[in-house]
Amino acid sequence: MAMEMRLPVARKPLSEALGRDTKKHLVVPGDTITTDTGFMRGHGTYMGEEKLIASVAGSVERVNKLICVKALKTRYNGEVGDIVVGRITERRRSAEDELAMRGFLQEGDLISAEVQAVFSDGAVSLHTRSLKYGKLGQGVLVQVSPSLVKRQKTHFHDLPCGASVILGNNGFIWIYPTPEHKDEDAGGFVANLEPVSLADREVISRLRNCVVSLVTQRMMLYDTSILYCYEASLPHQIKDILKPEVM
Amino acid sequence: MAGLELLSDQGYRVDGRRAGELRKIQARMGVFAQADGSAYIEQGNTKALAVVYGPHEIRGSRSRALPDRALVNCQYSSATFSTGERKRRPHGDRKSCEMGLQLRQTFEAAILTQLHPRSQIDIYVQVLQADGGTYAACVNAATLAVLDAGIPMRDFVCACSAGFVDGTALADLSHVEEAAGGPQLALALLPASGQIALLEMDARLHEDHLEWVLEAAAQAARDVHTLLDRVVRQHVHEASIMLGD
Repeated sequence: MAMEMRLPVARKPLSEALGRDTKKHLVVPGDTITTDTGFMRGHGTYMGEEKLIASVAGSVERVNKLICVKALKTRYNGEVGDIVVGRITERRRSAEDELAMRGFLQEGDLISAEVQAVFSDGAVSLHTRSLKYGKLGQGVLVQVSPSLVKRQKTHFHDLPCGASVILGNNGFIWIYPTPEHKDEDAGGFVANLEPVSLADREVISRLRNCVVSLVTQRMMLYDTSILYCYEASLPHQIKDILKPEVM
Repeated sequence: MAGLELLSDQGYRVDGRRAGELRKIQARMGVFAQADGSAYIEQGNTKALAVVYGPHEIRGSRSRALPDRALVNCQYSSATFSTGERKRRPHGDRKSCEMGLQLRQTFEAAILTQLHPRSQIDIYVQVLQADGGTYAACVNAATLAVLDAGIPMRDFVCACSAGFVDGTALADLSHVEEAAGGPQLALALLPASGQIALLEMDARLHEDHLEWVLEAAAQAARDVHTLLDRVVRQHVHEASIMLGD
């Protein structure tokens, strides 16, 4: 059995290699962002003695009169209209619920849904009222930090390499084989359990490794970034993508 | 220890530092990929690792959930190989429980818990090598880890220990100085506002001297803040370059 060993070598930060610099205003907690009281305060800030103070470490974003600080890594904050991917852990037990839902969705199922409403304490309510949402069948799930998923018009992408990907805003990325025919009448509740071909499986594993390598290098995830990474990784073997030299 | 003088006539301590001088601090954020936030700090020979999970749903009994704010749960553990003699119980003994409680008090004062009602934030701190100032190193490591996790905080929490020998206040005590038995104080400070998150001392100290020792600890904590601030800015700068646009 072949084994691989690696000697420790000092890592050079990738940013030096790229030679780029950032023009953003970076703050850490306790920093005063502004003393002008005309601004509304958004996420990542709080008001203290007439000044707007940052509460997380990140970059300041200003949209008209709203100032917020975008942290590097955050827990997912639900917004109406976001797509989320998740696993059912618990469900309400009531008589009508039993009759209607048990047939479709069980505990432990992986589903995609859209955020319908956000409660004041941060809880979100989801709906799967469109045919494109619902139970997810065979595929690979990758969990990343929500701050790395770029906000786009659509989060369902069919990549030309033969697989599809759902970029959940909560950081759960679902990679699955593109269905040959879109079953409109079944909706999203019937799981496709046909065996997946080897070529498709390879494409999916390569995509998964690409996503993981993008995450370790802290790059934003969106369809073109994943696609470029996939194309760049084609010369290497799938299992070699995660090695630091190749990244 | 009869022959060991903690402060020489020229004003040098056992390890060659001046009275108000800190030990060399090195810190790194984001050392664990699996945790929400993590950090590692070395203060001289004291090494501490902090890991933060959260905010997430309350584990265990739902009744413990607070309706208007988050629960902060701290656990302190010191490795069996961290002290001169091998410790038998890494955690669960009285000192660890007390440290956990103190850390919890400190961070409840600093984290903006109202923003995450009915959830729980877990902070686990592990001391890998203890050479004095373990509480301070734990607080500093935990601050960096909480920042790494993106949990909103009022300000940094910077901590340092201080003692009093021969009429001079010493900052950042090493194990040798702590073991000598003089009065020692641990201070956790929120530097921007100057507010004290926690002040702990269990020795006898004349009240006239308290002010000097407190000032030495506060100044040391502010110096720690300068260092940690630089570390965090560097980390944020790196990450924001990679994120692009």
